[in-house]
Amino acid sequence: MSARNRELFALIPAALLITAGFAAVFLSRNDLLGGLSGTNQISNVSLTYGAIFLGLCVAAHLVLRVTLPNADPYLFPLAALLASFGLVEIYRIDDGLARLQAQWFVIGLGLFTATIVFLRDYRKLERYRYLIAIGGILLLILPRGFSPVNGAYLSIQIGSLSVQPAEFAKIAMVIFLASYLRDTRQLLVTAGRRFLGITIPPVKHFGPMLVIWGTSMLLLFFIRDIGSSIMFFGAFLAMVYVATDRLSFVVVGVGLFAAGADLVAGHIGHISDRIDAWKHPFDPALLDKLQGGSYQLAQGLWAQADGGVLGQGFGQAVLRLSDSKDCVSTVNCSLLPAPHTDFIYAVIVNELGLVGAVGLLCVYLLLIQRGFKIAMLARDSFSKLLATGLTAVFALQVFVIVGGVTKLIPLTGVTLPFVSYGGSSVLANFVLLALLLLISDRARRDATTAP
Amino acid sequence: MNKPISRLFVVVLLMFVALVGSTSWWTVYRAKDLDQATANHRGIIRAQKIRRGTIRAADGTVLARSTRDDEGVYHRTYPTGSLFGHPIGYSYANLGQTEIERQYNDDLTGNKDAITTTFDQLVGKQKEGDDLRTTLDTKAQRLALDEIAKVGQSGAAVALDPRTGAVKVLASTPTYDPNTITDPKVLTADNLDEKRKPLVNRALQFGAAPGSTFKVVTATAAIDTGAYSPSSTVNGDSGVKVSGVPLANDFNQDFGQIDLKTALAQSVNTAFAQVGEKVGKPTMKEYMERFGFDRKPELDYPKNSMSASVVAPDPPGHAVSPTSKYVDVGRMSIGQGGLQATPLQMAQVAAAVANGGKLMKPHIADRIVDRDGRTVDRIEPSTQATVMKPSTAAAVRDMMVAVVQTGTGKNAAIPGTQVAGKTGTAETEFGTKINDVWFIGFAPAENPRIAVAVTVKAVTGFGGDFAAPIARDLMESLLK
Repeated sequence: MSARNRELFALIPAALLITAGFAAVFLSRNDLLGGLSGTNQISNVSLTYGAIFLGLCVAAHLVLRVTLPNADPYLFPLAALLASFGLVEIYRIDDGLARLQAQWFVIGLGLFTATIVFLRDYRKLERYRYLIAIGGILLLILPRGFSPVNGAYLSIQIGSLSVQPAEFAKIAMVIFLASYLRDTRQLLVTAGRRFLGITIPPVKHFGPMLVIWGTSMLLLFFIRDIGSSIMFFGAFLAMVYVATDRLSFVVVGVGLFAAGADLVAGHIGHISDRIDAWKHPFDPALLDKLQGGSYQLAQGLWAQADGGVLGQGFGQAVLRLSDSKDCVSTVNCSLLPAPHTDFIYAVIVNELGLVGAVGLLCVYLLLIQRGFKIAMLARDSFSKLLATGLTAVFALQVFVIVGGVTKLIPLTGVTLPFVSYGGSSVLANFVLLALLLLISDRARRDATTAP
Repeated sequence: MNKPISRLFVVVLLMFVALVGSTSWWTVYRAKDLDQATANHRGIIRAQKIRRGTIRAADGTVLARSTRDDEGVYHRTYPTGSLFGHPIGYSYANLGQTEIERQYNDDLTGNKDAITTTFDQLVGKQKEGDDLRTTLDTKAQRLALDEIAKVGQSGAAVALDPRTGAVKVLASTPTYDPNTITDPKVLTADNLDEKRKPLVNRALQFGAAPGSTFKVVTATAAIDTGAYSPSSTVNGDSGVKVSGVPLANDFNQDFGQIDLKTALAQSVNTAFAQVGEKVGKPTMKEYMERFGFDRKPELDYPKNSMSASVVAPDPPGHAVSPTSKYVDVGRMSIGQGGLQATPLQMAQVAAAVANGGKLMKPHIADRIVDRDGRTVDRIEPSTQATVMKPSTAAAVRDMMVAVVQTGTGKNAAIPGTQVAGKTGTAETEFGTKINDVWFIGFAPAENPRIAVAVTVKAVTGFGGDFAAPIARDLMESLLK
């Protein structure tokens, strides 16, 4: 079977999930409304969403069939599965948001197609690496010009639209690093002097790396968000490690980051608040604190406990505070703050239980495995490093938010890729997906045409 | 470069294993613990989507019902308002449950049928609460509240069926309306109202000196042990020294040598103080405990919402055993000396005598009924204690009949029905004329169907004048 036919078949689980999911949400709402008028409308709407989503998947598949016939066949279906997971949950939280999210998928797929068409030879990105790097840093610093959200400078509010430039910056940074490390990886390893068993590369080459470390420290300081810093610096270390195969760089890097983070965190009230909340989420004093308390984290943990092993079922989680009758959307008066973005994982665990959560994590892991597989198949260093970096930054993002919501690490607000509501997140992740598919197509084409 | 990539994948794999681990920690290991956290309101919010059972009075009047809004959320309303605020309590998402709403929460939310529920959940059947039928009487409850309010600022009344322990009236005034309590301002105001304390159920909480009504307990102990008979002669002179301090009768009246029956009918303090002293602390303790003193009532009600009836002399200023050296047994025997009894306890004293010495366990619930009208559970009468011999009960009953016929309790007489009773007037502040007035009794004396206790706080007057008429009206209404 050809790669593209396999891809088409692999879309079936996503189709089944979205059908079953919307049906379940419909049934639970129907139950809730108890046969009041308007229930038929809900059924029509939910079916329409399902149909539109599946139509989009088939369209993207056709684009791939024409443009990238050799690309990895599982990457896109896995992303579609995640997106359908997310769309059902978002629809369940608020149907208005699901409509917006569906619109973002349309735009995202447009950007996805554009990336594939205009960046057919993605290696020309190398030529603009400094431009891309500066662009990435500017994107990161941009929110400083606006007011912070929950203490962190992560988003820009334009009208009703909230843009999170960090989502795009992460791709820019990975492109720059891949290109930079391709040039310097040999020098980093061979040209250095060894001291105490650690290779110390010459300052000329080591310098830019210190710059990156400094950048991520500044990031921590400027945008006041540990999560994004871990994401950026973690991806950087992963790429350095793959480029040099030297564990010593990673050890030194982690040490530097930890030292820097400790220093910076102590000076930013918002970060130490987050750490306090992380240590004692159920402390009544922190729970009742209006700003910088642990209310959100505790609610998230309670929602997960409520889910248990098998979950309460699609549409059965307690989200809405029933006392507040006058709220328009569930998002504004939710028991669990930010159920559609940062805390969507808690809602999923609440409704689908540990079993559903493990399933979701497995889908992520399969997608990540495909990403690393693409990196291994790629022929040239730039492609390898780019695929590694993109996959690593993706994996770290999942780790940071899921780890934060489950109190494994201090909580920071990043989205759960493809699942959370959010235009920036959807668009950036579709670009990331397109890049991985481009690398994959080239690698597999070379593999098949080579003797 | 492929080797580090695959090692990197292993690292990511381990990180995801950690994520599965931390998710399991909350969903499995800590789940139960977190579900029960008090600040976690999920249970109550979820319960709001279940039709909570209706609570009804004995005649079928709805006391509490849940109605559904367009969101599918049920809201609790109390159609009788402040009338049954005290016995029934309330159930709201943000405030939790109190009183009967709390006691029968599992039945009202359908949690009792736990096994079927798990299966029903799998097939998606919505859980439903059962209805609760109580033994409470709407008309008598209203009568009790109205009449107490006419006489004083605060008070309480309890009426029981002595044969079964069924509670017919559990009234406490000032009242509160459970429908308004959702307003935080009302709740705070009610909580902070130190003068009226509308949220306190005076029928079950905060015992007070029962005064002469307690002489029924003393008389029971005296006769049941064989130390006295109704015709035993006792000294009724005023000014007799009790525990070294002279005790006076009302109006400082000297009764001379009288029999025990007359002493009860005329409520002679000195006579009963001497009887108590002769009977002694250990015997008084024994009989008080049989009547239910010294521990929480066995009523089907949250234990936190009830007080035990105890003796708490000052010093030491807290509850002690009736055999304690601090207890002035003579004054305790006439319902003073730090004795604190609740109206429910005093109603049980009357009920025990009425039921031939056998005290029935009091209960407010009558039966649990499912949505199709089938009785799921019925509260069967059960004996709480055998307090005295039937012969003692008959003797004490006759003495109490004399109280109403010829003594201080004439105002409790019902034409055509023989009433047994005992008045009580407890001085709250020494030297003032402001008293807590009491009446306990039962009717018809030969075949009792109703036992009552009525108390009104801070009245200028006597139990026979102010509490007895209320008790009479209550019994008359309940005997109809």
